[in-house]
Amino acid sequence: MSHHIVEAQNLHYVYPDGTAGLQGVSFRITHGESVAVVGANGAGKSTLLMHLNGCLSPAQGTVRIGDFPLIKTTLKAVRRTVGMVFQNPDDQLFMPTVFDDVAFGPLNIGLPEEEVEQRVTQALETVGAGALRDRPPYRLSKGEKRSVAIASVLSMSPDILVMDEPSADLDPQARRRLIELLKTFKHTKIIATHDLDLALDVCERTLVLSRGRICADGATAELFRNDELLSQSALERPLRMQNCPVCR
Amino acid sequence: MHMADALISPAVGGIMWGASASLIGYSCKKLKDNLDDRRIPLMGVLGAFVFAAQMINFTIPGTGSSGHLGGGMILAILLGPHAAFLTLASVLTVQALFFADGGLLALGCNIFNLGFFACFIAYPLIFRKMCPANSTVNRLYAASIVSAVVGLQLGAFSVVLETLFSQISALRFSSFLLLMQPIHLAIGLVEGAATAAVVQFVRQARPEILQPAAHTALPAALPLRNVIAGLLFAALLAGAILSWFASTHPDGLEWAMERAAGTAELPTPTGRIQTFLAELQQRTALLPDYSFTGTVDSAQEETPSWPAPDAGTSFSGIIGGSLTLIFVVVFAYALRFGCRTQQRS
Amino acid sequence: MASISRHFFDLGHLDDLAGASTPLHRLDPRAKLLATLVFIAVVVSFGKYEIAALIPFFVYPVFLISVGNIPFKCVLSRLVLALPFALLVGIFNPLIDRAPLSHLANFTISGGWISFSSIMLRFVLTVSSVLALIAVTGFSPVCSALLRLGTPKIFVVQLMLMHRYLFVLLDEASKMVGAKSLRTFENSTGGLRIYGAFTGSLLLRTMERAERIYSAMQCRGFDGDIKRTLPAEFGKRDILFLCGWSLLFLLLRAFNLPLIIGQILTGTM
Repeated sequence: MSHHIVEAQNLHYVYPDGTAGLQGVSFRITHGESVAVVGANGAGKSTLLMHLNGCLSPAQGTVRIGDFPLIKTTLKAVRRTVGMVFQNPDDQLFMPTVFDDVAFGPLNIGLPEEEVEQRVTQALETVGAGALRDRPPYRLSKGEKRSVAIASVLSMSPDILVMDEPSADLDPQARRRLIELLKTFKHTKIIATHDLDLALDVCERTLVLSRGRICADGATAELFRNDELLSQSALERPLRMQNCPVCR
Repeated sequence: MHMADALISPAVGGIMWGASASLIGYSCKKLKDNLDDRRIPLMGVLGAFVFAAQMINFTIPGTGSSGHLGGGMILAILLGPHAAFLTLASVLTVQALFFADGGLLALGCNIFNLGFFACFIAYPLIFRKMCPANSTVNRLYAASIVSAVVGLQLGAFSVVLETLFSQISALRFSSFLLLMQPIHLAIGLVEGAATAAVVQFVRQARPEILQPAAHTALPAALPLRNVIAGLLFAALLAGAILSWFASTHPDGLEWAMERAAGTAELPTPTGRIQTFLAELQQRTALLPDYSFTGTVDSAQEETPSWPAPDAGTSFSGIIGGSLTLIFVVVFAYALRFGCRTQQRS
Repeated sequence: MASISRHFFDLGHLDDLAGASTPLHRLDPRAKLLATLVFIAVVVSFGKYEIAALIPFFVYPVFLISVGNIPFKCVLSRLVLALPFALLVGIFNPLIDRAPLSHLANFTISGGWISFSSIMLRFVLTVSSVLALIAVTGFSPVCSALLRLGTPKIFVVQLMLMHRYLFVLLDEASKMVGAKSLRTFENSTGGLRIYGAFTGSLLLRTMERAERIYSAMQCRGFDGDIKRTLPAEFGKRDILFLCGWSLLFLLLRAFNLPLIIGQILTGTM
C-alpha cells in the first residue's frame, strides 16, 4: 500500500518577507503511521503542514504523496488524498450551515447528490455531530466546531489526515473526546501540536522541529524522556511523565 | 443615509432596483471574466470587516464627537470598483434584512446611492487620478477626503431626488437639499480622513497588499454608455411593470398620473361595487341614522376623494380601521392559540 | 458600540428563530420572499394620505409572526432601532403641510399629520414583514432563494460569506475595542493616527484570515465555484401561499376594506 506514504526531501521555504520558514526538512511516513510534529512557536510546524497538500510550495526540495510527486498537475489528486484540518475551525467552516460545510468537499469532487448526502451523514456520525447538521457554524461551541471541521475533511474520505493544533482552545472533556476519536481513525495521521499528552496518546512517532529543521525523529515515548532535547526545543515533558508533586 | 421603504414610491423603488440589479449583474460579469479565486473569500470577509470597523471610533478634534469608517471608499481602494460594489451591495442587503436598516424595496436606492457613486465615480475618476501608486501621505489624505466627500454628496443628492420623486415626504426640494448636503459634507470629511488613516497604516505595514487592487483593470474610461443603457433599460422595465399594474388595476393609471402631476387625490372606488354595497348596507347598517350621513352622501356623489375635508369619510375610516385592527389582533391570538394547541397535541 | 453589540446579539437571535419548524418555516423560501416583495410593493403604492386602507395589511406580518411562533417583542425592539430615518424625514410633514384635510368632531387634522401617520404605518408594515420573513426563513435559505431566482452566484456567495464572518469579525473587533478601552482613559478614543493603526490592524488580520479561508477552500477542491445542494422543488403549498397572499394584497389594494366596513356600520353609503 505505497499510496499512503508521505515523503519530504530537503524542503526549503522562505516567507515573502525574507524570513526562513524551513531549512532542509526530510522525512518519510509510511502507511497507517501516526506522527506528531512538535516544536516551539515559530519552529515551522504549520509551514511544514501547509506543504503537504500544496497550500505552500517549497523553494527547494520535493514532497511525494503516495506515488505522486506534489506538483501542479497532481495537486487535485493529492488534495483528495490528504485531508487538512486547520488550526482555527472558524477559517475552515465558511459555509452557512454545518451540512453545507461538510458537503463542500464532496460536491467539489463532483459526486452525485445522494452520495454527498450519504457521505455527510456518515462523516457527521463518525465525529458524533449528527445532531448539528442544520445549525449555523457560529452557533457551535469550540469543541463542536472542531468536530465539524474534522467531519468536513472526513467527508472527502482522505487516506491521510493532517491536523494543525487539533486540541487548541478545547475544554478538557472536549479534548478527551477528540483524543478518543483520533485513536479510532485508521488513516495515516500527521498532527502538529503543543499538547504533548495528546501526542503521547495518539502518536507512536514524533518529529521535533526547531528553527526550520528536524532535530529529532523517533518513538514518542522515548523522545519525551530526553530532557535535553526537550529543553532545546522549548518543550517540556508531558504532564503525565513528570513527577507529580502531590502523589510523589 | 439609508432610505426606508416607507418613504419611497413603487416606481422609484422599482427603477432603482433595476439600476442596482443591472450594476450588480455588470460587476459580476466583469469579475467572472478575470477573477482570481483568492478574492472570493476576501470580498466576503471584507464586507464583514466594514461592519466590524464601525465599532471602532476616533475623536474628531475640537468637536468632542467621534467618527468611524464608512465603507465604500476603503473597499474600492482595497478591491477595485467591481468587487467593491458587490461587497458593498451585500453589506447593504444584510443590513436591510437583519437590521431593518433601509428596506427591501429601498434596497435598490441604497445600493445605488452608497455604492455606485463611491465605486464607479469617486474612486476611478477622483481617487485614482489624485493618488497614483506611491503618492505622499498628504496626497493620500487629500485624495481620499475629496473622493469620499464627492461620493457622499452625489449619494445624498440622489437620496433627495428619490425622495422628491416618491412624493411621500412633504419636504420641499430646496429645504431637503439644505438639510442633506451639509450633513453629508461633514460625514464625507470624516470618512475620507478615516479611510486615509487606515490605508496609510496598511501601506506602511504591508505595502504588497495594496498592489493587486492597483493593478486590476479600471472600468476602462468608465462604461458610462453601459451604465446609461442599463438605467434606460431599468426605467423602461419599471415603466412596463407600472403600466401593467395600472391596467390590471382600474384606478392605478389615474393614480399614477395624478401623482406625477403633483396632486394628492386618490381615486374613487368603482361605481358598481359601490351600489352593490350600498344595497347591502341598507340591511346591515348598525348605525343607520348617524348624523354624518348627510355630508357623506354629497361627498359620495361628487368628489369622494380622500383629501376632501370630509368628516363622514374620516369617521367611517376610523370606525372601519379600528374594527379591522381588532380583527387582526383577534386573528393573531387565534392563530397563536391554534398553533400552540396543535404543537401540544 | 453598545448598539452594535446589541445588533450582533440580535442577529443571531433571528437566525435561531429561523431554526424552528412550523409549517411556515417549512415553506419554500422563494414563496416567502416573493410574497413579502409583493406585500411591500403594494403597501408603498398607496397615496401619501392613506391610513385606513393600510390597516388590513397588518394581517400579513401578524400572520407570519403568529404562525411562525416569533415573539412580538423581538420584532418590536428591532422596529424601534430602525426608526430614526423614517421619523427624521416624516416629522417634517406636519410642519410643512398644514392644509386642513380632515375634520373630526371639532378637530381639524392637517394633511401633514395624516401623511406622517401614513409614513409611520408604512414603516411598521414594511419593516416588520421583512424581519418576520428572516425569522421564519433564515438567512441561508433566503440566499438559496435568491440564487434560484436568478441572482448572480458571485453575489450570493458574497452574502453568505459576509454573513458567516460577520459574527467572527464582530467578536474580534469587540475584543480589540475592549482591550484598548482598558488602557485608554477619560473616554478618549484616540486621534486619527491611532485610529488608523488600530483599524488597520483589524483590516490586516481580516485579510490574513481571508488567505486562510482560501487555503481551506482549496484544500477541499475549491475551483472558483461554490456548489451547494439546493432544497426541494416548489410545491403546491408554496404556490398556494404565494398566490393566496398576493391575491389578498391586490384585493386590499383595490378595495378600501376599513372604509367599506365603516360605511356599512354607519350606514353612509
